Amino acid sequence: MNGTIEAPTIEYALLAPMLVVFGAAIAGVLVEAFAPRYLRSAVHLPLTLLSLAGAFALTVWQAVKGVPTKPAAMGAVAVDGPALFIWGTILVLAFVSVLLIKDEEHFVGSAAALPGSAEEEQSLVERAAHTEVYPLLLFAVGGMLLFPASNDLLVAFVALEVMSLPLYLLCGLARRRRLLSQEAAVKYFLLGAFSSAFFLYGTALLYGYAGSVDLAKINLALGSVGGQDTLLYIGAAMLGVGLLFKIGAAPFQAWKPDVYQGSPTPITALMASGTLVAAFGALLRVFWVGLGGLDWDWRPVFYGVAILTMVVGAILAITQTDIKRMLAYSSIAHGGFLLIGVIATGSAAQNTAALSGLLFYLVAYGFTTVGAFAVVTMVRDAGGEAWHLSRWAGLGKRSPLLAGTFAFFLLAFAGIPLTSGFFGKYAVFQAAVSGGALPLVIVGVVASAVAAFFYVRVIVLMFFSDPAADGPSVVLPSRGTAAVVGIAALATVVLGVFPQPVLDLAHTAAQSLFVR
Amino acid sequence: MTTHYLVLSALLFAIGGVGVLVRRNAIVVFMCVELMLNACNLAFVTFARQNGNLDGQLIAFFVMIVAAAEVVIGLAIIVTIFRTRRSASVDDVSLLKY
Repeated sequence: MNGTIEAPTIEYALLAPMLVVFGAAIAGVLVEAFAPRYLRSAVHLPLTLLSLAGAFALTVWQAVKGVPTKPAAMGAVAVDGPALFIWGTILVLAFVSVLLIKDEEHFVGSAAALPGSAEEEQSLVERAAHTEVYPLLLFAVGGMLLFPASNDLLVAFVALEVMSLPLYLLCGLARRRRLLSQEAAVKYFLLGAFSSAFFLYGTALLYGYAGSVDLAKINLALGSVGGQDTLLYIGAAMLGVGLLFKIGAAPFQAWKPDVYQGSPTPITALMASGTLVAAFGALLRVFWVGLGGLDWDWRPVFYGVAILTMVVGAILAITQTDIKRMLAYSSIAHGGFLLIGVIATGSAAQNTAALSGLLFYLVAYGFTTVGAFAVVTMVRDAGGEAWHLSRWAGLGKRSPLLAGTFAFFLLAFAGIPLTSGFFGKYAVFQAAVSGGALPLVIVGVVASAVAAFFYVRVIVLMFFSDPAADGPSVVLPSRGTAAVVGIAALATVVLGVFPQPVLDLAHTAAQSLFVR
Repeated sequence: MTTHYLVLSALLFAIGGVGVLVRRNAIVVFMCVELMLNACNLAFVTFARQNGNLDGQLIAFFVMIVAAAEVVIGLAIIVTIFRTRRSASVDDVSLLKY
């Protein structure tokens, strides 16, 4: 043993966006402990929004000041172009989701009270609220920021858990349909813990192979270490299982519809946007920085996974009768389209186009999906949100504006020109074609056509069928929800009509590639 | 020499993995996940010995902390659903499907 441990140097300025978010989360816990009940949400909301906005400002400042060329914090965290772009995306999406979460009627007053018991009645009468939602959310967002920037498999594992653990809890806190919500939490927790155990064992095997968990050192070892291929291949496969689970790629997609349906809708919006963006950032970094030298071996596997994901997502979405489950399967299919971008990212010249297309797609999809789930929160009947698709019949006749906006989001998911979804798909598919992944693109286009069918089916249902007599009502949105729908619709239009600035930004971010 | 420990760790991981798939009680499923994490720890410590550096031993501490946090969250969720349904069987939670 030659282990003397050196004192680490940490570049606090580079890590400032994360530190702000984690700091605010800890301050939120203190507010929970010391502030009187009636003050809490009044303190939490500005604290949460300000910290997210502040972290975003710091991220922009960092990007303007110049992207560092070396990993920070002793090589543990890489703050490079793609990481900064992903941070900005996650912070904006989280900010928008908080506006949706602000309506506390989505969350249970007292999670410990049994559904339907006197205690629960009492908590409703007292207007009790779990304001812990805000600090939990900030911890999850902090994890999301760290995950795609982690340049070391141990940091990636810790970030994965910091991101997931608060989300497991948040899933179980829905006010209505609490059995579904609790079931979603149990399923997400058990499957999530199972998959992160795989990620960790993969980390252990790669540590055994390379003698380090640092991604750059693992990549270096790929060329020099011989005779230990079993460790390498099994380790890489297990890392892949852990990461693909978080994305919801095909053999590991089963949790997604259940969890998206059961969770409180604002949390679903955050998971469908923020978690997906963070997981794709981490997947790119682990497989291109850490295992880039092995791409001839893992690329065919990703081919298969991408095709399976697109097909499963698109086909199973057709059979859905629940709006949230349908959006979950649509999210699985989009995960498949994004995987095409991951595969197309490759040799140096090809890298920038594919990576920037992928980054643009993540922004476009993130905004649209938050908007779509925000609309879902507004269509309600006596039992809460009206999830069954038959209840959405004739919505276009009752509230044309809302139904029109939702139809627009669905068209953006389908990738119709003049919406952000079109340019996202175009950028990714084009990069894949010039990278030689033509078969994948053909499957992608066919899957998009299948997906377009069920999006259009919902639009037809909303506009061309007669509303049921006891149909759901559209609640007057709170200012937060209205703002979310407005921002999402605006982003979908602007990115669809005038995508160049964001494409340029993504291109600049992708140009510096990953620091190693 | 260290191979025995690696085999033991792989065995523990496999027992945990099979346990997650075949056991019915949510608590036992969760214990199996913890067994998998501990198998990882054993592998880390063994590889640290084999590679002659301390990284693996340090990582084991991180994993223990994460596992402890996971226990807190997991038991909270499982106890809540047990109080609602009077059952901790993972087969009973089947409202969400297809």
